[in-house]
Amino acid sequence: MKKSKSMTLNFGPQHPAAHGVLRLILELEGEIVEKADPHIGLLHRGTEKLIENKTYTQALPYFDRLDYVAPMNQEHAFALATEKLLKIEVPIRAKYIRVIFCEIGRILSHILNVTTQALDVGALTPSLWGFEERETLMTFYERASGSRLHANYFRTGGVHKDLPTKLIDDISKFCETFPKIINDLEDLLTENRIFKQRNVDIGLVSKKDALDHSFTGVMLRGSGIPWDLRKSQPYECYQDLDFKIPVGKNGDCYDRYLCRIEEMRESVKIIKQCIKNLPKGPIKTVDGKISPPKRDDLKQSMEALIHHFKLFTEGFRVPAGNVYSAVEAPKGEFGVYLISDGSNRPYRCKIRAPGFSHLQAMDFLIKGHMLADVPAVLGSLDIVFGEVDR
Amino acid sequence: MSNQNLNKVEKLINSELSNKIYGSEIKFEELLFKTSVNEIIEVIKFLKLDERFKFKQLIDIAAIDYPNEEKRFEMVYLLLSIENNTRLKISIKFESNEKIPSLVKIFPSANWMEREIFDMYGIKFTNHPDLRRILTDYNFKGHPLRKDFPLTGFNEVRYSEKEKKVIYEPVKLEQNYRNFDFSSPWEGTNYLKEVKESKKNEKI
Repeated sequence: MKKSKSMTLNFGPQHPAAHGVLRLILELEGEIVEKADPHIGLLHRGTEKLIENKTYTQALPYFDRLDYVAPMNQEHAFALATEKLLKIEVPIRAKYIRVIFCEIGRILSHILNVTTQALDVGALTPSLWGFEERETLMTFYERASGSRLHANYFRTGGVHKDLPTKLIDDISKFCETFPKIINDLEDLLTENRIFKQRNVDIGLVSKKDALDHSFTGVMLRGSGIPWDLRKSQPYECYQDLDFKIPVGKNGDCYDRYLCRIEEMRESVKIIKQCIKNLPKGPIKTVDGKISPPKRDDLKQSMEALIHHFKLFTEGFRVPAGNVYSAVEAPKGEFGVYLISDGSNRPYRCKIRAPGFSHLQAMDFLIKGHMLADVPAVLGSLDIVFGEVDR
Repeated sequence: MSNQNLNKVEKLINSELSNKIYGSEIKFEELLFKTSVNEIIEVIKFLKLDERFKFKQLIDIAAIDYPNEEKRFEMVYLLLSIENNTRLKISIKFESNEKIPSLVKIFPSANWMEREIFDMYGIKFTNHPDLRRILTDYNFKGHPLRKDFPLTGFNEVRYSEKEKKVIYEPVKLEQNYRNFDFSSPWEGTNYLKEVKESKKNEKI
């Protein structure tokens, strides 16, 4: 018998199953993967460097461009960090609006992930059904902020604009119809023989490994560790809301898929509660030194005019200090470590992207698996290159 | 996490590691410890393995550049204990030529985090299994997140129709990067495009 030699395979950077611009160098022994070396950085835009050169308000849009399938969740982390340094309180209505849009972001991200993972293992229909719903959700983004993807809607101290009333009605209508779509997706996938064969017992992660590799979010919960920042370190109004945290059992790709499906249902529940209890009041802090004045005031009040001018040229100054604030983004813990030197620009803004740690474990996850499992594992890691490369 | 609990953790860690910790503070309900390059491995190992603390997750490592200080770099390790629901920051300061012991043996996830710091700041790690650049381009030179690295960088890439390949060229800007200093409006800003000496002469 001829002795087989190991082969090196270049996967990507242009590959439909690479979910972006991942270059994966695989060492294969026959069809078994021996080593995976991900080359990242093909989408590196120097976000952290750019933020150091912008004012706090100007830095916000960069966060939309990190994980571009759930933009507002990222903005949220930065807004929370700045608010912590400034020690300002966000009005209660703004908190509820933020939560509504963060949960919409979570659904956006999970639909994309679940359906493209299904696509990677051979099911076409889920993505066609799922993307229709994503389109609806993105019109909600558009109606609130003016743009479908890069919303730039959150502000330090609240949100940019109040929601139109018709939009709130439409979101609650969506909450009635969407659970049926989740059921339809589940009908296609959950008990599907091919889908199960491709996902069950693939990419197993034990509890210890999940912790050692800095996994967060679904990657951690899929392995059976009940940890969700919305419950354990609640921010905004999550402590007042009633929702459950789905936790997996085996830590394989299939459990992570189930967690995501269940999380979408919980998100719908959260949005419903928020809409039901949506309080009235201001949507951003009334402190004129931080949030810009109303358009009407500009024509009448000299002070408002000065504030407006100062805010859009110099921006506001943030007291010196360093804080870390994290949110439970759809992909895991998204954190911002913000250092201020007391000027109008961040001195340093380290972005903690969940995908970075997840992709790092690729070599550990795929070792000994078949080549065909690479897309399945990659799909269940939920990688978006905007945030991995930053 | 309430301030009271943090105080308790602070006291406990200070008493357990009294000779390795040089200072601690609680600000913005966050706990920060200061230690040195030589002690960092011991401190983190202790915090990870000790039954009372269980800081089993390394959330991130952040490096910060202070070019005007004697100890130029600072590195902050962000740890999380899921069991106790506590976060912790550990900071070390060091000079630019010092080498930092790698955490990879304790936390495998430190691998890429340290590679990123090496890439962005040029900080070197000892005992790191695979210290390569990670985010920047192949054959990139310089360390972009250092404060003395210009925002616009040095090289730009474009596809050359002539050579039929992507080529690297020095950055050419139609307009200089304008860095307005809004905090002192009366001093004015110096953003006029630099006119090269040779061009000046030609015009005359």
